[in-house]
Amino acid sequence: MAEPMRIRATMAGDVADVKVLMNHPMETGQRKDAKTGQLVPAHFIQEVTATVNGATVLEANIGSGVSKNPYLGFKVKGPKAGDKVVVNWLDNKGDKNTAEATIG
Amino acid sequence: MNALRRNVLKGAAGAGAVAVAVAAGLLKPTQAMAAWNKGAFEARNVGDAMKGLGVSGPADSKDITIKAPDIAENGAVVPVEVTSGIAGTTSIAIIAEKNGTPLVGNFNLSGGTQGFISTRIKMGQTSLVRAVVNAGGKSYTAAKEVKVTIGGCGG
Repeated sequence: MAEPMRIRATMAGDVADVKVLMNHPMETGQRKDAKTGQLVPAHFIQEVTATVNGATVLEANIGSGVSKNPYLGFKVKGPKAGDKVVVNWLDNKGDKNTAEATIG
Repeated sequence: MNALRRNVLKGAAGAGAVAVAVAAGLLKPTQAMAAWNKGAFEARNVGDAMKGLGVSGPADSKDITIKAPDIAENGAVVPVEVTSGIAGTTSIAIIAEKNGTPLVGNFNLSGGTQGFISTRIKMGQTSLVRAVVNAGGKSYTAAKEVKVTIGGCGG
């Protein structure tokens, strides 16, 4: 099952700087297992959505070209310290994970 | 156009209006169908990937900055930052041109999110990293070459 996800959100002036670190193998489906010689099945995050106080700020579609344990940084204008950031992801096997953080 | 999207459009009430809106560029295909854009992500070359995103002939722009290493020692983890200074930026797509499947990600920005995305990507070999920005119904692009000494796709 999915490992925890980490979010750090800090205010820099009137812009919230949000950094998200997801735990995921991000297998392309093209890599061979060194021991068995079999292809490792594709397993990667496809959709990431982020909301601030319930309003969507980012909807990302990503492919297997994103590195293992994906990092995502973005900047949102408008929020205040204390507002809540929620990030969800969904992978190609239907696994999902969610995490939230308070902007500091 | 992939088969699934066709079905979605056919099935939707007022499908004609949606199709017209897509054709007019009012709605991006990604908005018409929020689900994962299979066609674009499975495209094997840059042209097809852009077609899948609904982008054609993006204009070169100096207002897009791509921050990435000139030389990446490890292609499995290449940090890439895209900043768009274009007003009204609604989406940023990142494409590693020579990857087996070039499209890395498409980021739709809304609700005060600025034209900035930072992430880490895999690169199979030395290639241009291209950013495609949609702003005000138009497409803009910029690219930066990253030299890769050890590829990060396959193994």
